[in-house]
Amino acid sequence: MTKVKELVKEQAEKHGRQRTSLMPILQAVVKSEHYLSEEALEAIAEELDLSTADVFGTASFYTFLDTVPRGKYVIRVCKTITCHMKGKDEIIDTISDMLKIKLGETTTDKMFSLLQANCIGWCHKGPVMLINDEVYPEINPEKATEIINQYLKKG
Amino acid sequence: MDKKIKKVDLIFGKVDYMDILEKCLQRTRDELILDVIDSGLRGRGGAGFPTGLKWKFAKNEEADQKYVICNADEGEPGTFKDREILTEVPEKVLAGMALCGYCLGATEGYIYLRGEYNFLLPPLNKAIDDFHARLKDLGLDFTIRIVSGSGAYVCGEETALMESMEGRRGEPRNKPPFPTSEGYLGKPTSVNNVETLVFALMIAKEGPTKFKEMGTFDSRGSKVFSVSGDTPSPGIFELELGMTLEQFVEEFGDGDTKAVQVGGASGFCVSRKDFKDTLIGFEGIPTGGSMMLFNSTRSMYNILNDYLEFFEEESCGQCTPCRVGCQQLLKGIEAVKKGHKSPAYLEELQKLSDTMRIASKCGLGQSAPNPFNSIINNFREEIIY
Repeated sequence: MTKVKELVKEQAEKHGRQRTSLMPILQAVVKSEHYLSEEALEAIAEELDLSTADVFGTASFYTFLDTVPRGKYVIRVCKTITCHMKGKDEIIDTISDMLKIKLGETTTDKMFSLLQANCIGWCHKGPVMLINDEVYPEINPEKATEIINQYLKKG
Repeated sequence: MDKKIKKVDLIFGKVDYMDILEKCLQRTRDELILDVIDSGLRGRGGAGFPTGLKWKFAKNEEADQKYVICNADEGEPGTFKDREILTEVPEKVLAGMALCGYCLGATEGYIYLRGEYNFLLPPLNKAIDDFHARLKDLGLDFTIRIVSGSGAYVCGEETALMESMEGRRGEPRNKPPFPTSEGYLGKPTSVNNVETLVFALMIAKEGPTKFKEMGTFDSRGSKVFSVSGDTPSPGIFELELGMTLEQFVEEFGDGDTKAVQVGGASGFCVSRKDFKDTLIGFEGIPTGGSMMLFNSTRSMYNILNDYLEFFEEESCGQCTPCRVGCQQLLKGIEAVKKGHKSPAYLEELQKLSDTMRIASKCGLGQSAPNPFNSIINNFREEIIY
């Protein structure tokens, strides 16, 4: 049994095999594998006795359930109006320069993906970004550089 | 300015929630629901359905199981008050859910927490564990679990939220049946906003009168506002309802406020000339709390463009008026701006937005025309030139 299949099985045992468990299982796989591969989607469908199309249909609806490979750290810079006004573009340019990737891309070492997100609920402290589940409000290009450097060091 | 906005502290003040719940359990469910109805409390997520009525409908249903859902899918741009409430006073939210559960006869509650707030999971889970332990002392059978969202604005719509909880695409359902009769897993369900549940708890504590005395006829009580944009004091403020936009801008503006977007991306843009006559509330312009201020340095075209991009991305795609409409509004203003279409095309787009309002299945497509029309009507020249 492959690693992904084992993970899916383990999650199905944990959450149960009913339809209401689909979201938690998809979320757990994304957390560990950084995306939902075809193999993962098929394994989930099999465990929950659903069609693969149904599972893919559900997964593809949600922005955070990536179906293309992402990096270990997914950076999501908020792009909605207040963060836009407060300078999210400079944040994106800074990170883009540092990591040598454009928006939507992943570094070749599969460590970072750089994305934008719709309003993440910190408008009074924009610009703001999420790195996986961690939130970084009130950033500027210098702070963003510092934060990315910490992640680079951590590896 | 004669009347200063009154700051209120019902939401964020600490209370002995066990004491409140204990006293509630000595009263009948009908009495408690009647208090909530009497208080005039309306849903604080934005739509403003009378909370007490929702509870009453769900209570009156016969079912072997009912559910309480706390809607913490706070996705409306410019809104961030639920996050603050869940961070500062999670125990009051949980107690509000337990109160609702008691009133309905439900033993299970869920918090649907948006994926963007996953960092709240550890403290919230701890608060839930503590809460469960203390509920045991009261002898109230009620358990709460958290369900995480995964980045979909439309899941804040209550039926889409339940679809998502059931492991499906977050596509809104047809109503009726309403969730109070057929909700989560087909059972009677009350879906309430985070803030609403805390207010319900405070009404149970202090009685409906104190709450009712604040605000106006249609907008009773106070409300937590999320203030952002061009303001010297961005943040979260609980204010008595019934103020005009002029009073609001006096308090929060930077002296150069050109427009305020009331109610988030799906709300209305009010220009300076109308501040005086615009009441913030259900008689005027309602808001789930989002107040975004813009000063004269801002381009209203860019603001509208941002909002329409947001809706184009977040439309679930299920119904045509919304899926195509959001896209065409966005493309339309871009074409007019670039000169590829004549300014008269804006009138065509306004007709399209009327269709969206009438024919869209849920609030997303019905309200996406709000920013469009209010910005076009107030700032037409900025969109064209």
